[in-house]
Amino acid sequence: MNCFFSCKRLRKTGTLPPVFCSAELQSPGNVLPNFLTLIISLCMLPFFSLNLSNLECISEWATLRMELGAKEKNQELYKPYTNGIIAKEPPSSLQQEIQELRGSANSLRSEPEFEMADIFYFCRRGVESIVDDEVTKRFSAQELKSWNLLTRSNYNFRHISLRLTVLWGLGILIRYGVLLPLRVTLAVTGICLLLVLTTLVAFLPNAELRSYLSEKVHLMCYRICVRALTAIITYHNRENKPKNGGICVANHTTPIDVIILANDGCYSLVGQVHGGLMGMVQRAMVKSSSHIWFERSEVKDRHLVAKRLGDHVADKTKQPILVFPEGTCINNTSVMMFKKGSFEIGCTVYPVAIKYDPRFGDAFWNSSKFGMVSYLLRMMSSWAIVCSVWYLPPMNREEGEDAVQFANRVKAAIAAQGGLVDLIWDGGLKRAKVKDVFKEEQQKLYSKVLVGDSEDQMEDKRSEDGTPEGDESSKDPAEGQ
Amino acid sequence: LGGSCANLLLSHSQITRLYSRFTSLDKGENGTLSREDFQRIPELAINPLGDRIINAFFPEGEDQVNFRGFMRTLAHFRPIEDNEKSKNPTASEPLNSRTNKLLFAFRLYDLDRDDKISRDELLQVLRMMVGVNISDEQLGSIADRTIQEADTNGDNSISFNEFIKASFVLTLHTLL
Repeated sequence: MNCFFSCKRLRKTGTLPPVFCSAELQSPGNVLPNFLTLIISLCMLPFFSLNLSNLECISEWATLRMELGAKEKNQELYKPYTNGIIAKEPPSSLQQEIQELRGSANSLRSEPEFEMADIFYFCRRGVESIVDDEVTKRFSAQELKSWNLLTRSNYNFRHISLRLTVLWGLGILIRYGVLLPLRVTLAVTGICLLLVLTTLVAFLPNAELRSYLSEKVHLMCYRICVRALTAIITYHNRENKPKNGGICVANHTTPIDVIILANDGCYSLVGQVHGGLMGMVQRAMVKSSSHIWFERSEVKDRHLVAKRLGDHVADKTKQPILVFPEGTCINNTSVMMFKKGSFEIGCTVYPVAIKYDPRFGDAFWNSSKFGMVSYLLRMMSSWAIVCSVWYLPPMNREEGEDAVQFANRVKAAIAAQGGLVDLIWDGGLKRAKVKDVFKEEQQKLYSKVLVGDSEDQMEDKRSEDGTPEGDESSKDPAEGQ
Repeated sequence: LGGSCANLLLSHSQITRLYSRFTSLDKGENGTLSREDFQRIPELAINPLGDRIINAFFPEGEDQVNFRGFMRTLAHFRPIEDNEKSKNPTASEPLNSRTNKLLFAFRLYDLDRDDKISRDELLQVLRMMVGVNISDEQLGSIADRTIQEADTNGDNSISFNEFIKASFVLTLHTLL
């Protein structure tokens, strides 16, 4: 407790202790006023921005303690990622690897040739993917290098020191006793205001006044919601903000993405009609500004979806549509395949990259593990939600580019900006099985190695452009948005 | 796990890494993996030999594999380190020696465990690897030629020793 203070006070005087918690406990007489100051200052926190450096101080201190503790016990603290069971080599094409296997110099053969040892190639790839694969780890929360005093991110529970446990206990008190109630109050206020005010605005006769007021109302309510989550957002390149008549695409990590983007501008949302509270909010929002809500049955009808999106976009007075082409929540370490539906409409696309800092609270929604309510409670009991939003320059579909290639181009731009891994795997693999088409591609590639390239020169050139995984991007089994 | 660890020659950090991988694959959270848990890995599901590799993890006739079995099978693939060669020569051969790696691959072919790869078994694996892209006759002739080249004792099937000789060209250090 004392440490938290000394950091705050030192911040004000401009100096910072490197490892500050060797400070002695103050005498009991001074504790009470300090405690009160702590409570009062924490009460003010949701209304001013949270002093993040304090939290960073604490995490650094905690990491240092853990490192010292580990050194004392002569244990390894950080799991070395490179020290795996199999030394993984950089990916090369199936043909190349099999040639290496056989040690032959002649790459094109007319006679089918099989070596018993070809099996090792598949064997090795298979076992590598069992030890670590690119896809399944994207559907669970990212592991942190240093502990941020949240139980939920503590994977390797080990008692390091009493001080750390005390600090963790204090953290629990602060988070659940002080921050959570305040945040919940704010959130409830925000949602109520949204419902009431949007309904009120809908009664106004004058259309211009109505749209102006509805913008203001939406922005205000989203700002309250952002405060309720203590989301600290940094917007970059605001000159590229999406304009009317376009589609805004972003990578999807959590439903909170909507609040984060809508905090800075007004968008038309697209989604399924829900029941319950969400349904009420949806109906209220639609009264004062235009959003696109689909019935569950309509979602399957791609033409209907495309038509409604197209109509909305054609009307220049309507706000830009916000779309998440991945279709599902990914854990913010990578960007997965974009569904081509929204890229077929033919209007300007405004890409946005959102990157969360997991140290203060992991924002990823693991929908198989947590429902919406428990997810929101977890969000509101983390330290804070820190993220960066980059608005990328608008993109249009180029000549000779089809929707899939355009989608991949946008995806690559978003991944590059956000520092995320660009994957071609489908986010739908979270729940669905992978399609047999990909297995057949692998088989086809291998049979080319056996039989030779005599007939299929053209096809071969196309498939040789990338790794075996790269071939999957040309087959697009995805459904439209 | 102490004793079996020494046999597997896995370091502490490798074991913790494998354990966290095991738990993340174990969706049912019952301490064992089933075949469906493996099939959930997309890169394994598209591997033509995926099913055979998965089978290698499961002991005879069982449908669940625990962490010890998981580690044991994966330990075959640890890269061979040079400093191990000078270690105790009387100790039993480590799991990831070249011979044991070859035995693992041999067992992928030899389904009925009779220590021989028959023409049928070879054809089965070939069919798995090429799918529908090669005709039966062509595949049959490939299989025949392979057996002809590798079979030295004339019993029209490939024994483990003949398999080792046929794979002689490989440098397993770089591959596995």
